[in-house]
Amino acid sequence: MAMVAIATVRIRNLFAVVMLSGIYSLLAASLFVLLDAVDVALTEAAVGAGIMIILMLGALALTTSQEKVRANRQSLAALVIVMITGGALIYGTLDMPLMGDPEAPAHTHLAPHFTQQSVEEIGIPNMVTSVLASYRGLDTLGEAVVVLTAAVGVLLVIGSGRARKRGHRRKVMERQADS
Amino acid sequence: MEWIGFYNYWVVVVLMMIGFYIVIAQGNLIKKIVGLNIFQTSVFIFFISLAKLDGGTAPIYVEGVTEYANPLPHVLILTAIVVGVAVTAMGLALVIRINELYGSIEEDEIHEEDEAQ
Repeated sequence: MAMVAIATVRIRNLFAVVMLSGIYSLLAASLFVLLDAVDVALTEAAVGAGIMIILMLGALALTTSQEKVRANRQSLAALVIVMITGGALIYGTLDMPLMGDPEAPAHTHLAPHFTQQSVEEIGIPNMVTSVLASYRGLDTLGEAVVVLTAAVGVLLVIGSGRARKRGHRRKVMERQADS
Repeated sequence: MEWIGFYNYWVVVVLMMIGFYIVIAQGNLIKKIVGLNIFQTSVFIFFISLAKLDGGTAPIYVEGVTEYANPLPHVLILTAIVVGVAVTAMGLALVIRINELYGSIEEDEIHEEDEAQ
């Protein structure tokens, strides 16, 4: 966990931000394994450290990979805001149940039903799968809708630029042909 | 040793604040998106920490084991990771479009060009 934090602190200073964010995702995935969330760890390793990096590298290839050095004028104000928010959040955690406490509200409401009965009700030994596909199937449908919307949005945003450029080029060529 | 139960939450807060700082203080748009990802991952770690149960194992049925981690936050975070990738893809597409229009991905230069027009 300390390594994750160190990696993220280093992110701010290096130009290899994207590679570091990949390392960060991988560390987060190993942390998820330690916290008994193997499915989440698999997804985070595949998606966070895999697809995310490919997307970022693609964006870097289409824009620029060098950040310009500039004077940070507002960074002190930003630091103060961050400190105040962080202090408030840490104060808030003092009222949280201790980690792993079996009496915590998260473990007393629906979790016993899922862990004790889902194998009989659904017939899949992996409880995460049965909750994902059956009890919370509607959420998964919503997730699919979000991904579809994002794909359509990306195609519209990038595609429209390309189309306009092509149209512009055609106009220029027509003008050259006329003259 | 009571503080050890809060340790995860504090790591989450620290990571969240690092991400927050990158988002509000850095001028580079791609760096801002990376900051947003760090912020997101801290929220994931928070949820997974809530799901952890002392003496429990991963939520896959094994004969004779009765204590499992809470599967519901795991499901929510699986969904959130995929949604996070969708958000990242959308943000990067906008950055590429901004770069086509302004020729820059630095916030300052974009503002300058806006004011010059």
